[in-house]
Amino acid sequence: MSLSKSHIAFLAAGLIALLVLPTMLKTYGLYLLTLWLVYIIAALGLNLTVGYAGLKSLCHAGFMGIGAYTVAILMKAGVSFWFAMPGAIVLCFLFGLLIGFPALRVQLHYLGFATLGFNLLLMLFFRNEEWLTGGTFGIQNIKRPELFGLSFSGNLAFYYLVVFLMVVSAAALAYLLRSPWGRAFAALRDNPIRAESTGVNITAYTLMSFAIGAAYAGLAGALFAPLVNFIEPAPFGLANSLLFLLMVVVGGSGRFYGPVLGSAIALLLPEYLRFAKDWYLAVFGFAVVVMMIWLPGGLLSIKERLQLSKAKRAAQTSDSKAEAL
Amino acid sequence: MNAFASKKSILSVHDIKKSYGAIRAVDGVSFTVEPGEILGVIGPNGSGKTTLFNSILGQIKPDSGRVDFNGVDISGKSPLELSRLGVGRTFQNLQVFGKLSLRDNLIAAAQEFRGSFWGRMLAPSDNGVGQRADEMIDLFRLGHVADLPAGSLSYGQQKLVDIAMAFMPSPRLVLLDEPCAGVNPSLVDGLRDLLVQLNQRQGGSFVVIEHNMDFVMKLCHRIVCMVEGRVLAVGRPEEIQGNRAVLEAYLGN
Amino acid sequence: MTDFLQLLISGIATGSIYAMAALGFTLLWQASGTINFAQGEFVMLPAFAMLIGLSVGLPLSFAFLVAVAVSVLVLGAGFKKLVVDPMRGSGVVAIVVATLGLSIGLKSFVKAGYSAEPHPFPSVFSEEVFKLAGVTISYSDVGALICAGLMVLGLQLFLNKTITGRGMQAVAQNTFAAEALGINVKRMIFYTFAINAILVAVTALLITPTYLAKFDMGDNIGLKAFFAAIIGGFNNSRGALLGGVLVGVLENLAGAYITPSYKDGVALVLFLAVILVKPDGLLGTPQERKV
Repeated sequence: MSLSKSHIAFLAAGLIALLVLPTMLKTYGLYLLTLWLVYIIAALGLNLTVGYAGLKSLCHAGFMGIGAYTVAILMKAGVSFWFAMPGAIVLCFLFGLLIGFPALRVQLHYLGFATLGFNLLLMLFFRNEEWLTGGTFGIQNIKRPELFGLSFSGNLAFYYLVVFLMVVSAAALAYLLRSPWGRAFAALRDNPIRAESTGVNITAYTLMSFAIGAAYAGLAGALFAPLVNFIEPAPFGLANSLLFLLMVVVGGSGRFYGPVLGSAIALLLPEYLRFAKDWYLAVFGFAVVVMMIWLPGGLLSIKERLQLSKAKRAAQTSDSKAEAL
Repeated sequence: MNAFASKKSILSVHDIKKSYGAIRAVDGVSFTVEPGEILGVIGPNGSGKTTLFNSILGQIKPDSGRVDFNGVDISGKSPLELSRLGVGRTFQNLQVFGKLSLRDNLIAAAQEFRGSFWGRMLAPSDNGVGQRADEMIDLFRLGHVADLPAGSLSYGQQKLVDIAMAFMPSPRLVLLDEPCAGVNPSLVDGLRDLLVQLNQRQGGSFVVIEHNMDFVMKLCHRIVCMVEGRVLAVGRPEEIQGNRAVLEAYLGN
Repeated sequence: MTDFLQLLISGIATGSIYAMAALGFTLLWQASGTINFAQGEFVMLPAFAMLIGLSVGLPLSFAFLVAVAVSVLVLGAGFKKLVVDPMRGSGVVAIVVATLGLSIGLKSFVKAGYSAEPHPFPSVFSEEVFKLAGVTISYSDVGALICAGLMVLGLQLFLNKTITGRGMQAVAQNTFAAEALGINVKRMIFYTFAINAILVAVTALLITPTYLAKFDMGDNIGLKAFFAAIIGGFNNSRGALLGGVLVGVLENLAGAYITPSYKDGVALVLFLAVILVKPDGLLGTPQERKV
């Protein structure tokens, strides 16, 4: 594991900003910032499934819903958050495995369609099984956790808890992606047929990419519930699953910081466009179209694209040597 | 056990038959490949080479016959199982991991053969095969493009990556599917030298399907000539070159 | 029994409207590999074009013609030239996200620029009903069924019997081969986009009286069209009709006989079952796994 100096400086600056920034924000600003971090956790997971392993998943908000409802229901039953949260993660992991199985059978874009159907099914469940989920009324008064007498019920304290968990989960993902697994996921994405003939167990890696991605959504959901104190089915619908995909792709799918940027754009940009009143979402929507036409690889592909063309030019000059073997 | 195979044969193909409707693509082909041997398979278009190749690799199921690798029946094995047993292959059309760097392509081709599935989650990034990848890069003289995405390389370079990937895990048998196809004719000699070097260093056996006669004659120890799904002749390159039947088959009677 | 027949007939009528939107959806996929997540908004836009036409005093027939023209220009030519063409080679996911953005943009544009309220929309056909063997049938259902049925069957004839239609099918099956045969691929793809634009305009004309013109009316229609397309067969244009009718009938029957809260669940379960068991749809032909 070696990071370049500029990368370390960038990470340090980011971390300091995350620690200092909230002191300058009012309640709503702090709420948005916390929500952004929660979205980052979920989007990191989706980036693993979609960006690194190349599988099309359209039920990420649904996984997040499973996480949120699990925590809410368990906490209402008196279970501590510190047990409910891992429970939510594990449950999402298992659901991810379950949803991964069609991925083995169903190739091409059909996987996206199957997951889309799963999300709709989940919504029906959340909405109609009132005995468990509270139906459209949802579950109210979800308490924020405390640990050894240390309460996270304040907005700032809860924010720091989310920062901590976001950093830990991002670091874990970074470690996973740098391990041979990360390369195997990319091999699966780039060329499954070749991957299989070079010993990559497609079945295992497909299932794991789905399950780990879902587990990240589970953690995000587990934090989302106490953050907003109240959950109902709406945030976990298909529209938000599509929005998660948008975050990952607009930021740059298969790039580590893509989801960080993408979720900022999808969540924070509309807030800052509010001066445009009702028009802000229209501006946002058309901006996404323009962005995808201009940079189909996402915003973070700008740098790489320039580097690539530069490197290609450099390679061409020495190509005569290369072609001579 | 296959009666044709000597005990130490790496690969023995016994009486493979495969028909598509009324067409007998492969009609009772048998041959063996010995340790360290480079065997060429030639034949005019439609002589059944590709069907034979795919039968050996488990891509299609032959109607009858069996394929033994190292004394074990491998008919019906998946590409994954074959790779685990030590059978490598190259592809006729380009099959690299386009977005991964060239070096990562080579590591990806060998990393899965070390350690356990779960162990690899915690293993160092290159899983201990980075040095071997660098050796391969040197051998193939691809150092100046080692960090570029494989998909951005020229056709010839990708072809080399494809071949290097097959050799990364030091397989005991490599099947090469038209390694010269699409390669600039001026580079063919270099490719042949490379394969000879790999054969001498690693000691594995190769099966090469190729149309380029000059390449096959100079590379292979022994050649199987197929016509209309059958083996027309087997022998050393000079024997095949002097074989009337082979010449007639190629010149169309 | 009469209840059942009534539900069946109105289900078939609604379903045949879904089939039109679904048909456009599959045509775009076949011709250009575009999965259009804005198909619902493509129905919503002509509805508002007609509404504007009506509000300046045009009769419905003229308003419809104007809407068709606008639709072909904007949702056909404009969509193809400005969004799909520049994104050739960018991959399915990028196009999906672009059409998602388009969907958000169009919805919000209409909401901000026109209104967030639902607007009543005149029906082409009489709202009256008649009785046939004890079953109450509305003229608008019969009209919609005939209209949509004629559109779908007419399009089938066009695709199968005319030179242009066959050219379009050839392009859908194999662009390279079609090009080699001297077919003007670009023009054929444009025709596909134009046909989709006409289909969504007719869909809007027929469905808006029941759905009402609202900026987010496309959410539901888009999803139903999507279900219909998948159930029938994503790579088969005949399948869209079957899929549409199945979805329309199932949601009607499920709404009446199963708990209304799981009304949408039946079509959804069929959709999931089709994907998992026969991913190419009820009428689809298997697709090769591509590298």
